[in-house]
Amino acid sequence: MSRTFTLDDLKRILLEGSGAPDGTGLDGDVLDTDFADIGYDSLALLETASRVEREYGIELDETVVGDATTPRALLDAVSAHLVAQAA
Amino acid sequence: MTAPVVVTGLGVAAPNGLGGQDFWNATLAGKSGIGPLTHFDSSRYPAKLAGEINGFTAEDHLPSRLMPQTDRVTRLSLVAADWALADAGVTPADLPEFSMGVSTASSAGGFAFSQQELKNLWSKGSQYVSAYQSFAWFYAVNTGQISIRHGMKGPSGVVVTDQAGGLDAVAQARRQIRKGTSLVVAGAVDALLCSWGWTGLLTSGRLCTAAEPTHAYLPFDDRAAGHVAGEGGALLIMESADSAKTRGAKVYGEIAGYAATFDGAEPGLRRAVELALADAGVTPADVDVVFADAAAEPELDRVEAEAIVEVFGPHGVPVTAPKTMTGRLYAGGAALDLATAFLALAEDTIPPTVHTEPAERYGLDLVVSQPRAARLRTALVLARGHGGFNSAMVVRS
Repeated sequence: MSRTFTLDDLKRILLEGSGAPDGTGLDGDVLDTDFADIGYDSLALLETASRVEREYGIELDETVVGDATTPRALLDAVSAHLVAQAA
Repeated sequence: MTAPVVVTGLGVAAPNGLGGQDFWNATLAGKSGIGPLTHFDSSRYPAKLAGEINGFTAEDHLPSRLMPQTDRVTRLSLVAADWALADAGVTPADLPEFSMGVSTASSAGGFAFSQQELKNLWSKGSQYVSAYQSFAWFYAVNTGQISIRHGMKGPSGVVVTDQAGGLDAVAQARRQIRKGTSLVVAGAVDALLCSWGWTGLLTSGRLCTAAEPTHAYLPFDDRAAGHVAGEGGALLIMESADSAKTRGAKVYGEIAGYAATFDGAEPGLRRAVELALADAGVTPADVDVVFADAAAEPELDRVEAEAIVEVFGPHGVPVTAPKTMTGRLYAGGAALDLATAFLALAEDTIPPTVHTEPAERYGLDLVVSQPRAARLRTALVLARGHGGFNSAMVVRS
């Protein structure tokens, strides 16, 4: 059975791993807001990627953290792995 | 003549007081912060006493964003910096970011954070190590986090010279201000009271293994048998006298003189004292009180007492070691002594050295048990770091 990775999952992991952001925040429609504007830097995304890998048992490509600059991009990247895993 | 560099704000985090006023009241009352270790189970370690800061809840002072990425030492540093800025009446956001710097000293970096991450590495695997370990352990992390929090992008750095670092970082800040930086947050906080840090400290062979807090840290006493380790320190807001005057700031006093030496064939402490007095343009007779390094090791106590007696004469100057109430805080200890010296100058009161009964052979006028009222204008602060570092700083009101 394939698992899903939703925006709520991402928000939960961001908060657990890196605390409440110091930018515009996670409330409202943030799918296409840059992580930097939300208030998370590259290290917060590294920590997030590492937590996603642990929780979902996947291995993200090293370029994902640099390339996925918005929640939507990160959700898509993780989902692609989950689909591949299920197949 | 270079323009004076002055101190306009103090932020103190000490085992016997959080905040300058709380700490000063405790110090005058002779209230010790030394007690049994509670941060971890010390039952299997030879030394079981420490100067712990209790009642500090970082979440009350700092945003949650900083919690996953900071060790206790950085949280204490950030809060001490906030208090120092508030004390100085400075709002960093109002000032040009490249006109402000941060200069701290650190003896160990973030030990408890690292211990947790090493535990994760060994027990679960590398994917369980926090990305924030990359900097949370590092000596310069306190400087970096203070700089980020307040947007201070001017000259900044860290000094690692054990206890002497608390003075060396302030001296470095003085250099930067003389070169044109308007304001520097300077000083040190150390905190490594976790089992890994404790194991490191024990290797020095200098931790006292006494069980009674009143018998554990007795510098210049015939019973001296090592020190008690503590956590905490102080951060100071430093500015040029002109800039402090322009903004009408309250001034604690001036960083008037400084010198650092290294032990060679002979101990270098006396030379550091003489050079610091010369740098300040004062004679021994001008010095009203000496804050001793107070190692509480017979040989090191002898070296320090000799240096003081050779420069000031037997019983020639009041000497004190309020760190007998906090334990040695390493780099944080020397910075805390500086803050204490400024508080003493402001109140014309020498804080006491507690529990010690000074041995007559040292020839020191040690201020014991009770504070002593005295006209204070100039103070000398001494600090020695493990491995041969000596620093001396002259401050005056």
